[in-house]
Amino acid sequence: MISQIPFEHGLLLAGALFVLGLIGVMVRRNIIFILLSIEVMLNAAGLAFVVAGSRWSQPDGQVMFIFILTMAAAEVSVGLALVIRLYHVFKTLDADCAGKMRG
Amino acid sequence: MILIWLILIPLMGGLLAWLFSRGNDRLPRWISLIALIIDFILVLLLWMQYPERAGLTNRSWLVDINLEWIPRLGISFHLALDGLSLLLVMLTSFLGIMSVAASWTEIKERVGFFHFNLMWSLAGITGVFLSLDLFLFYFFWELMLVPMYFLIALWGHENRISAAVKFFLFTQLSGLLMLAAILGLYFVHARGTGIYTFDYTQLLGTTMGSTEGMLLMLGFLIAFVVKLPAVPFHTWLPDAHTEAPTAGSIILAGLLLKTGAYGLLRFAVPLFPHAALDFTPVAMALAVIGILYGAVLAFGQTDLKRLVAYTSVSHMGFVLLGIFAWNELALQGAVIQIICHGISTGALFIIVGALQERIHTRDMERMGGLWTSAPRMGGVGLLFGLASLGLPGLGNFVGEFLVLIGAYTVSIPMTAIAATGLVFATVYSLWMIQRTFFGPREVYLKVPDLNMREMTVMAFMVAVIVWIGLYPQPVINTAKGALNALQKNAGAMTSFGKISYPVSTGADRDTK
Amino acid sequence: MFSKHWMLIAPARCGAEMMELLWLIPAFPLAGFLALAVTGARMPKRLAAIIGTGSVGASAVVALFIGMHFISSPPQGHLSSQTLWTWIEIGEFRPSITFYLDPLSLVMTFVVTFVGFLIHLYSTEFMAEEEGYSRFFAYMNLFVCSMLILVLADNLLLLYLGWEGVGLCSYLLIGFWYKDHANGRAAMKAFIVTRVGDTSMAIGFILLYFNLGTLNIQEIMQRASQAWPVGSTFAVAAAALLLGGALGKSAQLPLQTWLPDAMAGPTPVSALIHAATMVTAGVYLIARTNVLFTLAPVVQEAVAVIGALTLLIAGFSALTQHDIKRVLAYSTISQIGYMFLALGVGAWSAALFHFMTHAFFKALLFLGAGAVILALDYEHNMFRMGGLRKELPLTFWTFLIGSASLSALPLVTAGFYSKDLILWYSLSSEDGSPWFWAAGMAGALLTSIYTFRMVFLIFFGAAKGRVSRKPGMTMKFPLLILAVLSIIGGFVELPRIPIFSEFVKTALPSAKTLHEGLLGEGMQQVIASGVSLIGVSIAYLLFLRAPLNVERFTSHPAGKALHRFWFSGWGFDWLYNKVFVGPFIWIARTNKDDFIDLIYGGMAWYGRFFHVALSLTQSGKVRWYAMGITIGAVITIGITVFL
Repeated sequence: MISQIPFEHGLLLAGALFVLGLIGVMVRRNIIFILLSIEVMLNAAGLAFVVAGSRWSQPDGQVMFIFILTMAAAEVSVGLALVIRLYHVFKTLDADCAGKMRG
Repeated sequence: MILIWLILIPLMGGLLAWLFSRGNDRLPRWISLIALIIDFILVLLLWMQYPERAGLTNRSWLVDINLEWIPRLGISFHLALDGLSLLLVMLTSFLGIMSVAASWTEIKERVGFFHFNLMWSLAGITGVFLSLDLFLFYFFWELMLVPMYFLIALWGHENRISAAVKFFLFTQLSGLLMLAAILGLYFVHARGTGIYTFDYTQLLGTTMGSTEGMLLMLGFLIAFVVKLPAVPFHTWLPDAHTEAPTAGSIILAGLLLKTGAYGLLRFAVPLFPHAALDFTPVAMALAVIGILYGAVLAFGQTDLKRLVAYTSVSHMGFVLLGIFAWNELALQGAVIQIICHGISTGALFIIVGALQERIHTRDMERMGGLWTSAPRMGGVGLLFGLASLGLPGLGNFVGEFLVLIGAYTVSIPMTAIAATGLVFATVYSLWMIQRTFFGPREVYLKVPDLNMREMTVMAFMVAVIVWIGLYPQPVINTAKGALNALQKNAGAMTSFGKISYPVSTGADRDTK
Repeated sequence: MFSKHWMLIAPARCGAEMMELLWLIPAFPLAGFLALAVTGARMPKRLAAIIGTGSVGASAVVALFIGMHFISSPPQGHLSSQTLWTWIEIGEFRPSITFYLDPLSLVMTFVVTFVGFLIHLYSTEFMAEEEGYSRFFAYMNLFVCSMLILVLADNLLLLYLGWEGVGLCSYLLIGFWYKDHANGRAAMKAFIVTRVGDTSMAIGFILLYFNLGTLNIQEIMQRASQAWPVGSTFAVAAAALLLGGALGKSAQLPLQTWLPDAMAGPTPVSALIHAATMVTAGVYLIARTNVLFTLAPVVQEAVAVIGALTLLIAGFSALTQHDIKRVLAYSTISQIGYMFLALGVGAWSAALFHFMTHAFFKALLFLGAGAVILALDYEHNMFRMGGLRKELPLTFWTFLIGSASLSALPLVTAGFYSKDLILWYSLSSEDGSPWFWAAGMAGALLTSIYTFRMVFLIFFGAAKGRVSRKPGMTMKFPLLILAVLSIIGGFVELPRIPIFSEFVKTALPSAKTLHEGLLGEGMQQVIASGVSLIGVSIAYLLFLRAPLNVERFTSHPAGKALHRFWFSGWGFDWLYNKVFVGPFIWIARTNKDDFIDLIYGGMAWYGRFFHVALSLTQSGKVRWYAMGITIGAVITIGITVFL
């Protein structure tokens, strides 16, 4: 039996990953990197679910992770399609340039 | 059925005018004119048919139609007509005809849509004067508002958008207050009786706590007083009136303000007599302030149309004073004032509109000496200026004098102060005439006088104002039954405003 | 066409049916007004003159027939009334359009229609070259109609209709030459100042109605004397409020300032409205409601005091004017002051008598002045006239007769008898006092001084202007008739042969004399005659014999100041401008944009401010939004964790 990784460590790792991803979303201008960072954040959340699931020996955490995985995949496919359209229109991948709608 | 027709005819006329407006500017005008004339003839027939006109009987409701609409919520399609509504509906179609005729050449763009809005607004106003179901009333209240917004915003003058928005916000916000009060009354009534209904006749005499009653009354009152308008809710009026096209100004001043007065008469006081009684001193003070303040503001203006607009604030003060004095003389005075103000101010707006069409300005600094080239316009303007200062022999005097007599029984100081309003009215009316028609002739060398169409319109209005000034009895008789019924409904107010002639007590009081 | 109309009706009827024609008296001028107003400038001048003059002439003839009938076979109780229709009927409130004829209104009707007719006739020539000829006659006809409604009204509301109607016509006619702003200003001033009084009067009507339950004048008088004891609060209040109206219309202190400015109108207008008829409406009102004033001795005393003060103040002002019409205007104010004095001491019929003679001689003087003004090409300044005696003989003689009558030269003039009656009652009546008498005497002296100053300046001395136009027949005829009336008009009321007061005694109670012993009536007449003759001699000495003395006086600083003070009408205009007009205009101008709107404007401004501030956050930058979300999340978590 593999020695138990403490619960706190897992959460810390998830937190660190989440913050890294968040910083990435906030500071990167390249839209692909923003998407990547969002993936990192999603995975951080997934990790937190898994850790929590193992802490209380419940399968729900892993079920949630599968949901997140599917959602992340869907998000990436839509996101990348948008990135391609954006590149077509603006000839750049800078997210700040796509602020015309002020949305 | 005739009541439904009264509303349907302008609605359909408006739709037809819009449909047939493709590339043809004249058709919509004729369609609207004919529809309104039919409407007017219907009301006139209705009037002729009932002996109340001659003061022979004294019924309250002349026609009553009550159809189911949404029975689960207690909403019905309840229209009814009494003498008061009859007079106001008659005024509506009369001024409708006048406003279509007055804007015959003024409106050149989107003629069809203009007439659509005009007619729908008139239909909404007619509905307001006829509906006895509060839900239906609110529906028509909104119906008249939206087309009016478009009339100002699309065909208005320089600052039309901001004026239209201001108008809309004021009336809409106060309207929402009224909606809240209507719902409040609906639930209060249900709490007491278990019956959920919006029907006016059933809601009369609802028992409620005094604070509750006051709050609900204020909800109604504010909506009506904003429309009326009374100080300090009057500031939408000068903007809206000034910026609206002529027809819009006529309808605003002649009819829309009257819905406020009508609402007070029909709903605010009879539904909440106790609260209204408590509120009387405040309302009368507001009325008197309005009379004087409006007059001072009118005098200060340099824009002719704005001046006329502010006179409305002053004149409607008399109406408010009369309504809250709530005795027969004052109420009759208020009704006559409502009608005559509609006519006289409408006529003044037509003259201002005609002037603007000719010299492209409303600035009085740039007018003067117009009598020389346009004596007919001057004569008519003079007559309506005199009507607005309350010259005996013209209708407004009858209204104002009756209001003053009626108010005297309630509060002598208020009456005395209100009477000084007559002096101020003289000042602004004469000033207006002086600046426009008299004085040296200024920039405009040749101003075409009123033409046949305009003179015809004016002839009708002059005839009505002189007729009411010298023989108002038909109007008084018509309104009598309705006003008596209203007074009976508002039992608490009636005991307050009852007239007595202390011929003997006068001496008694003295000898003490 | 109107002038012929009466012939079809009038002679055909007689007996009691005569009174049925009462409504025709105001109806003719009204019809004339309508005809002239509707056709406007399209009507040829000749036709306008015929309609305008003819309609008043027709009503004068009807008035004559009715009057003759009234005198020869007086109706029951010396009054008759005719109801045309009920004006308004709401419960007990039931004023009707009813004409009421008694000796008082008959005298007024006579004067209004006959003097009115003569002045209309005069105007056909005087106004011949004016633009707006038919407009002039339309206004004049409307005036005559309103004035007749005023004097014939049986209830106060109808009286108010006539009252405001004459005010309106006065406004329109003062501003007849509308192209000049000054005329418009004078017209507005006249209307607004009188309107102040009218409003007070309207409140008085409401008070009367509320307390007595009727607006019918006779019923009011009857009920008031039953319900109110002498000096009761209500009677005093009602009388005081009515007095306000009378003061405005009759240009008495403190509302007298409009009348001198009203001279901006054409001269016939001044003759008709601002001398003979409208300005005496206040006298009529007080005489008509004399019961109320008897019930309110305080107010009646005030009437006398106001009359005495006004006649003196206006007399001094008249002494200093250059403008011939302004002299006559101040003189009118002063003479109406006499009438008020008479009313105040309870000599009702004396006031009415003086009203009648004053209408004759003052109309005559104005029309004469008009002839002079026209002859000298619209010259109003008396100091630029002179020596016109030879050039305009008829005008001179008639003007002289008018002046003699105004100055009450003894025995031969109408003014002597009427003014003498007032002076006598001011001393001997129950409410009279030596002070009133002294004021009246001083006023009489002033009157003859300023009147003959005018005569000497205009008609004597060296000729200064060139006469460019002489009056024709239509102007001479009214002058002659009025001159005759100014002489014989006084013979209807001689001492000990009081035909006039006998005639009106059913309508107006006779005065109660008390202090018979203080000064005999004969003695008082001698004094009065002496005073007026002294006045004429003073005028002769000062203005014809040695004008230098006057100049020396007015060039002295104190004299100059006094002259300016009197000239400006005792500074009332200045005071009113400072106290009322200036502040009102200032407030209206300052508040032009309505400070209440600032509240709503402020609300709109804040709305817009937050709108701008919040829309700045909507930059369209994804990273910016992410930052927002993060900060929001951090704050939310912080709050939930730490609080």
